[in-house]
Amino acid sequence: MAEAAVTTRLKKLINTPETEVKDALAGMAAAHGDLIRVEYDPNVIIRKDAPRKGKVGLVSGGGSGHEPMHGGYVGRGMLDAACPGAVFTSPTPDQMARATAAVDGGAGVLHVVKNYTGDIMNFEMAAELARGEGAKVNAVITNDDVAVQDSLYTAGRRGVGVTVLLEKIVGGCAEAGADLETVTTLAKKVNANGRSMGMALTSCIVPAAGKVTFEIADDEMELGIGIHGEPGRERTKLKAADEIAEILTSTVVKDLPYKRGDEVLAFVNGMGGTPLIELYVVANAVNRYLQKEGIKPARWLVGSYITSLEMAGCSVTLLKLDAETTKFWDAPVHTPALRWGV
Amino acid sequence: MAVSSAQIYTWLERYAGIVAEQKQYLTGLDAAIGDGDHGINLDRGFQTVLVKLAPVRDKDAGTLLKTTGMALVGSVGGAGGPLYGTFFLRAGAELDGKAEVSDAEFVDALAPALERARQSLGEGAPLGKVLAAAADAAEEGMKATIPLKALKGRASYLGDRSIGHQDPGATSSYLMLRALSDSLAAVPQRATTTST
Repeated sequence: MAEAAVTTRLKKLINTPETEVKDALAGMAAAHGDLIRVEYDPNVIIRKDAPRKGKVGLVSGGGSGHEPMHGGYVGRGMLDAACPGAVFTSPTPDQMARATAAVDGGAGVLHVVKNYTGDIMNFEMAAELARGEGAKVNAVITNDDVAVQDSLYTAGRRGVGVTVLLEKIVGGCAEAGADLETVTTLAKKVNANGRSMGMALTSCIVPAAGKVTFEIADDEMELGIGIHGEPGRERTKLKAADEIAEILTSTVVKDLPYKRGDEVLAFVNGMGGTPLIELYVVANAVNRYLQKEGIKPARWLVGSYITSLEMAGCSVTLLKLDAETTKFWDAPVHTPALRWGV
Repeated sequence: MAVSSAQIYTWLERYAGIVAEQKQYLTGLDAAIGDGDHGINLDRGFQTVLVKLAPVRDKDAGTLLKTTGMALVGSVGGAGGPLYGTFFLRAGAELDGKAEVSDAEFVDALAPALERARQSLGEGAPLGKVLAAAADAAEEGMKATIPLKALKGRASYLGDRSIGHQDPGATSSYLMLRALSDSLAAVPQRATTTST
């Protein structure tokens, strides 16, 4: 089995695994030069008009391979900078330190960090470096993945879909001129009110590894998959979309829990290799489940926004809304991957 | 006896070669329980180390180790970058400015990773034996990870499914200590009483 996997031909639109990230960054710079600028060595995507005086800077980052997260969310009303690491590998402290310096307009900088051991260690080193240079730096950690059980005895729940929603909502708040403490408090509130769970139909292939991350039979699915192909709760036989959507949504609903009368943002996300028509099939079932439970999906986001290379599958994220989070979700945004209100 | 900068450079160069050779092996161990990039990341890191060491290879031990640490922190990423990077940065800070360090200083600088080595040194064993003991201890530690359930990093998400797999980080650490022990055996130590 392992032998066959090794000889699988790498059929990808890349030149070499080593140049993939830089080639893609140069493509982003070419396509979105009106919104962002790209620096190399260390690699950073920066909002074109950064630093903005008096505005809290928002910096995120993580391994590449999750596009459009995070680089696609740099621009007005969302992130001020993003640090892309190697594929599925957290970026390095020099990248985040550079990003922090580049977007610090004097009001401080918030780091948005997904809960993975490597991301946290590198962001902590970067925050220390930046503080040494006199910057005010806060950090918020996203950990919304309900698939991780026994989270007290593990590295904890992974940061997944809520990260995208948080970057939009908190970005809207920072754009409106809030101070660092207000922005940080809102970020923690968003994380506390969001939960996600994902599933995979197929594996992804990390280019440098050159083979599938995990083997999965044609009639199987992995429930509770992570965004790097990490195994989830359960390997099981493939079911119909309605049934899969109900498993994901009900697990998410019971975890917070979301209650009758709650208004939520419902986010149906594609893992990278799933067509939009299938995501709408899932959205239909998510909607039916929420209506049945008396939970009102007041806002929707459907599409591939936090991906895992070419993995097929989806995730369902719910975020409990209030007046503040709804206002900043609706606020104008203009980035390569999200745009409304402008 | 003492450890020279040349021996430390030999160690780092040898380990870079081992990581390059064992890249797929380490990555395979990681793919079983993590995200399958340990060998790839460590190789990228130590290739960067070789480039950064070239202009300073004649400098003191502290400079060699600090340069190695900075190169790893800035190129590995993941958890491995800060962990390996900090190990070398701390060792480098301990040995700052020293062209040649005494056996005791060298072992102190690598502690607490080398608790067993410290014990042996206390018993008056030559450094070659001490480091061989440390490598043996690391090998035992590496094998001891097989029946363990992971509590940290991405392997922890597997829960019981992480049992039965050898930890990739423990494996690369073992290889590093074995390379150190072999390097000191390969480059003869000078008997020193006069410092330079």
